[in-house]
Amino acid sequence: MNIMSQEKLEEAVSGGMTAKPNEVIKMQGRKVGVFYGDKQALFDVDLDVRQNQVTALIGPSGCGKSTFLRCLNRMNDTIDSARVTGKITLDGEDVYDPKIDVVELRARVGMVFQKPNPFPKSIYENVAYGPKIHGLAKNKAELDQIVESSLKKAALWNEAKDRLNEPGTGLSGGQQQRLCIARAIAVSPEVILMDEPCSALDPIATAKVEELIDELKQNYTIVIVTHSMQQAARVSQRTAMFHLGYLVEEGATDKMFTNPDDKRTQDYITGRFG
Amino acid sequence: MPMIYFLAIVLAIGVAAYIIGRGRAAAQTGGAQKQHSRPHYHGWWAFMLAALPALLLIIVWSVGSSLYMERHVEAQLPEQTADSPIASRSLALGMVKSLANALRRLDAQALDNLPATFAELQPALAAKGAALAPDTQDYMIPIATEANSTSDTLRLTGGVLALALALGGAALGIRSIQPRARARNNVERVVLWGLLGSSMIAILTTVGIVLSMLFETFHFFSVVPPAGFFFGTVWDPRFAAAGATDSAGQFGLIPLLAGTLYIALVALLVAVPVGLMSAVYMAEYASRSVRSVVKPALELLAGIPTIVYGIFALVTLGPFLRDLSAALAGGSPFIQAQSIFTAGFVMGIMLIPVVSSLSDDIITAVPRAMRDGSLGLGATRSETIKRVILPAALPGIVGAILLTASRAIGETMIVVLAAGVAANLTLNPFEAMTTITVKIVNQLTGDLEFNSPQTLVAFALGITLFAVTLVMNIVALYIVRKYREQYE
Amino acid sequence: MTDAAIGSLPIASAPPRRDIGLRRRYAAERRFRWYGLAAISVGLIFLVVMLASIIGKGYTSFLQTSILLPITFDAQVIDPQDRRDTDPSVLVKANYPQLARDALAQKLGIALDDKPQIAALRGFVSDGVRTQLRDMVVADPSLIGTTRDVWVLAGANLDSAFKGQIDLEVAEGNRKVSDRQIGWMDQLRAEGAMAGKFNTGLFTYGASSRPETSGMGVAIIGSLYMMAIVLLLALPIGVAASIYLEEFAKKTRLTDIIEVNINNLAAVPSIVFGLLGLAVFINFLGLPRSAALVGGLVLTLMTLPTIIIATRAALAAVPPSIRSAALGLGASKTQTVFQHVLPLATPGILTGTIIGLARALGETAPLLLIGMVAFVADYPKTPLDPATALPVQIYMWANEAERAFVERMSGAIIILLVFLMAMNITAIVLRRRFERRW
Repeated sequence: MNIMSQEKLEEAVSGGMTAKPNEVIKMQGRKVGVFYGDKQALFDVDLDVRQNQVTALIGPSGCGKSTFLRCLNRMNDTIDSARVTGKITLDGEDVYDPKIDVVELRARVGMVFQKPNPFPKSIYENVAYGPKIHGLAKNKAELDQIVESSLKKAALWNEAKDRLNEPGTGLSGGQQQRLCIARAIAVSPEVILMDEPCSALDPIATAKVEELIDELKQNYTIVIVTHSMQQAARVSQRTAMFHLGYLVEEGATDKMFTNPDDKRTQDYITGRFG
Repeated sequence: MPMIYFLAIVLAIGVAAYIIGRGRAAAQTGGAQKQHSRPHYHGWWAFMLAALPALLLIIVWSVGSSLYMERHVEAQLPEQTADSPIASRSLALGMVKSLANALRRLDAQALDNLPATFAELQPALAAKGAALAPDTQDYMIPIATEANSTSDTLRLTGGVLALALALGGAALGIRSIQPRARARNNVERVVLWGLLGSSMIAILTTVGIVLSMLFETFHFFSVVPPAGFFFGTVWDPRFAAAGATDSAGQFGLIPLLAGTLYIALVALLVAVPVGLMSAVYMAEYASRSVRSVVKPALELLAGIPTIVYGIFALVTLGPFLRDLSAALAGGSPFIQAQSIFTAGFVMGIMLIPVVSSLSDDIITAVPRAMRDGSLGLGATRSETIKRVILPAALPGIVGAILLTASRAIGETMIVVLAAGVAANLTLNPFEAMTTITVKIVNQLTGDLEFNSPQTLVAFALGITLFAVTLVMNIVALYIVRKYREQYE
Repeated sequence: MTDAAIGSLPIASAPPRRDIGLRRRYAAERRFRWYGLAAISVGLIFLVVMLASIIGKGYTSFLQTSILLPITFDAQVIDPQDRRDTDPSVLVKANYPQLARDALAQKLGIALDDKPQIAALRGFVSDGVRTQLRDMVVADPSLIGTTRDVWVLAGANLDSAFKGQIDLEVAEGNRKVSDRQIGWMDQLRAEGAMAGKFNTGLFTYGASSRPETSGMGVAIIGSLYMMAIVLLLALPIGVAASIYLEEFAKKTRLTDIIEVNINNLAAVPSIVFGLLGLAVFINFLGLPRSAALVGGLVLTLMTLPTIIIATRAALAAVPPSIRSAALGLGASKTQTVFQHVLPLATPGILTGTIIGLARALGETAPLLLIGMVAFVADYPKTPLDPATALPVQIYMWANEAERAFVERMSGAIIILLVFLMAMNITAIVLRRRFERRW
C-alpha cells in the first residue's frame, strides 16, 4: 500500500510522461489471490491493464507472473486444484461472475503460450480453427479472408501463403510462434495474453515477434509475461514487477527501468537475483 | 531311478561345493595376499562348475534319449503292408509307446511272466487303470518291454555320467581356490550368460511356435492341397477315424475366416466407440473421485477370464436374446441362442477395457499444450477433444484398434461357447457362424491321432491365425511406438 | 485512498457482443459428456449384470442338501455270507445304498415290502452314499451291527427341489421330483432331518457324472501345480531377461529383435501357445497329455512377456543416481544391479508377476489343446499325473446338460473370481504401499 502510494506520487511528479489523456483501463485486478490446493501462489494483486498498450509482467521465476496472466482469461480453471480469490474485470465486468461465460471470455481474451503449440493440422486449419468453432465466418470466402488477414497481421503471410496446406508443425520455431499469434488474432480478441512467447526462440525470431507485438498494440491490448528485462523495456509501455507472489511495483516502463522505487525492483533489474 | 533323483543329487553336490569352497576361501583370507574376490564368490564359482555342466548334460541326455528311443522302437516295427491291421507306422509307434507306459504300472512279478497276447494282458493293465487301444498287436509286447529296459539303461547311464561330471566340477572348483583367483569375474560372466540366455527364451518361443506349426502344416499340406485349404469354401473335415489317412473331408478356410472376421467386426463395433468414449471421459472429464471408482472397476472387467464371458453368453444372454426375439416375432425366434451377434457383443464388452486403457495412455500422451492452445482460443472441452485431441491421437488410436482387433481374432473361449460350431457362410448376424479358434479347439480336443489331416489342419489354422495376428501386432506396435516418439 | 489514485482512469466500454453460438455449443458439450457417461455405464452395468447373474445362479451351490439318517450297518446286508475276515473285498463291494434306503424308509415310516413306495424313494439319496458308507466301514469294521446317525447327501433333483429351484406348478409328470417325494421332503424338513449343509464336496471331490458328488478338488490341485510351475520358471527367467535387456544389453540389432519379439509375444493369441505345447512338449518331447507340468510350461511361456514388460518398467523407474552411487563406490555392474537396483524394483516386479499369474490362472484355451479336458476323479500326486484346471473344470461343467451342473459351474466361477480378485487386490495394495516417487 505504501509502495503504491509512493509510486503514484512519483508518477504525479513525473508529470504524465506516459499517461496520455485517452488512456482507459481494459482489465483490472483487485486483491487477486490464487491457491493451488492449500498453497497460496499469489497474494492480493492490484493491477490495471490499459487499452492498446503493452503491459509487461516481470520477475524472477516462480514469482506468480504467469499465474496472474492465466487468471485474466480463466485458464487456471483447467487446473483442478486451482482457486482464485479477489476480483478481475474486463471492461468493468467481473470475469469470474457466474454470468460470464468462460468460452466467450476466452474469445475476447486470447492467449499465446510459452512453447509454440500449433495443432497437428495444416497452417490454414490452425488459423481457421478459432473462427470455425466460434462461427465467425459465414462462408469459405470469408474464412479465407480471416486467415489471410490474420497471417498478414502476424507477419507470416509472405512465408506461409504458398504452403497453407502443409502442417503447421513443419514451420520453424519462430514461425510456429507467429502462427500461434495469428491463430489467436483470427478470433478477433480484444486482449492478447502472451506467456513468455519468445523463451523458446532464437534471437532473430525473437526480434521478429517483438516487432510484431509492437505493431499489434494498435488494435489489441497486450499483456506479456517475460523474464527478459530487455524485452520488457523494448516492447512494453507499462511494467509490473512480481516477487514471491506479490506485486512489488507497477508503473511506466521507462521509469521502472531508470528509477524504480522498490529496492527489490532495483536489485532485479540490476541483476542481483533472477 | 527317475531323472529327477539325479537332478536332486547334482544340486546337492553343487550346494556342498558352495559350502566347502566358501569355507576354503574364508580360511585363506588371513594370508599375506589380499583376496581378489570375497569368499562367497569362490563358493558360487564352485557351485557353478559342479552343477551347471551336469544339469546341461541331464537335459541334453533326456531329450536325446527320448529321440533315440523313438528311432529305436520304430526300427523294430515290421514293414507296413497294404493289408496290415494298423494303417500307419506312426500309429503303431504311438500304440507301442502307450503300451510301454502302461507296462510300467505293473509290478516286477507281473512283468516277469507277461502273457504273450494282448488279449490276456489287457485285463491286468485295465485293473491298473491303463486304457489301451483294443487293436494293440501281440508283436508289440516284446518291443515295448525291450523299449522300457533300454530306456532304463539309457537313463541310468546318463544319470551316472551327470553325477561324475558334477563331482569332477566340484573338485575342480574347490581346487582352483587361491587368493588371486578371479572368482568374482568368473561368476559374473556366467551370470551374464545366464541373463542373456533368459532373454533368448522369448526368441526361442517364437521360433518354436513358427517351426512346430510349420512342420505340422507341411504335413497337412502333403495330404490336402494348399489351394483347397486357403480357397475352399466348405468346411467338412469328417471324423478322424483312428489311422485313417483318407482326405475325404474338405478343409475350406473361407467359412472359418469369414466367421472370425465377422465376429471380430461386431466386437469392434461395440468395443471401439464405447471404450474410446470411456477413455475420453476418464481422461478429460471425470473427477478424481469418479476415476478412483471407475478405473478399478474397468480393471476388474479386464481381469475377468474370458471363459466367464463365454459362459455368460451361453447360459444367460444367448437364451435371453432368443426368447426375446421369439416374443418380438411372435413365435419362432429370429436370434439363435448361439449367434454372431451374441458372441460379438459379449466379446466387445470384454474388449472395452482393452480399448479404453490403450486409448487412455494415448490420449494422455497428447501434450497439455495442445489442450491449452485450444481452450485458450475459447473452444469448449468437447470441441477441444473432437477437433484437436482425437485428431492428434489418431495414429495411436489406430494402433490401439489394430491391437484390439488382433485380440478379437485370437479370442477363443467366448466364441467356443457362444458362436456355434457350424461352419456357415451367412450375412445374418443373428445366425451362428464359427471361427478359426473354435475349429482349432474342436479338432484337438478328445481323442486325437497325430497323423490324420483332421488333427493336422488345426496347425494349419493355427499358423494362419498366428500370421494374421503377427502382422497386425507388428504394424500396431510400430504405429504406437512412432506415435509416442512424436510427443517425447 | 490508493484505489482512488489507481481508479482515476476511466474504464473501457465493452464492444458489442458477438454471437458465437454459445447455446448450440453448450448443448453439444452436454451431449458429448453424456455419451462419455453412457459409455462408462455400459461397461459398469454389464459388469454388474454379469456378476449378479453368476452369483444368482451360483450362490446356492455352496450349500448342499443333506439328510440325517439313522443307519444300521446290518451285517445281513453288508456281508450276508460272513466272509469279511477272509476276503476284505466284501466290504468294498457291499450294497451300501440299500442301507441308506432302508434307513430312509424306516425314518419315513414306509414298510420295506411296500414295493411302489420303496421304488419312489429312488434318487432321494445320492448314490454317493455308497462311497461314504464304504469308507466308514472299511476304516472301522466294528461299525457293523451298530446304528449311527449319518448325514448323507440328497440326490441332485431333491437338492434342487429343497432349494426351491423346481417349479412345483408344472405338472407332476413333467418334473423330475414327484409329489410324493416333495411330501417326504417336507416331512423330513419339519423334523430337522433334512437341511442345507456347507458344501465341502464342491472343494474336495473330483470329477463325477453325478452333480452332487462332483467337485473342483482335482482342478484346484491342478491349478496350484501350474501356478507353482509358472512362478518357479517365469519369475526367475523373466527377471533375468529384463535385467539383461534393461541393464546390460547394448542397443544392437539382436536386442531390438528380442524387444519386438517380447512385445509381440504378449499379443499372440493364447491358443497359439496351446498349439506350441501340443506340438513341442507332448508330441516332440513326449511329455504326458493332461499333465499339470505341460500346462504349467505352456502358461509359463504365455506369462513370460507380461512379467518381462512389468519388470523392465520397474527397473527403468529406479533412478540412474542409485546406479552411479553404487558404481562410484567401486561395486561391479553385476553387484550394483543385484544389490541395489533389483531390491528397489521388487514391488513393481511382484505386482507384474501377480497380474501375470492371475491371467494364467484364468486362461482356458491353451489348456484345452493339451488335454486338460479330462475326466479325472483322483487327485494328481505329481505334476505328471492327469489333472484339470479351474477354468477347464468350469468349461467341462458348462457342457453338461443338467441344471445342477450349471449351479456347480456358477459356484466354481465365483470361487475362481474370488481367487483372481484376491490376487488383483494384492497387486493393487502392493503397488499403493510401495509406490515410490523419485
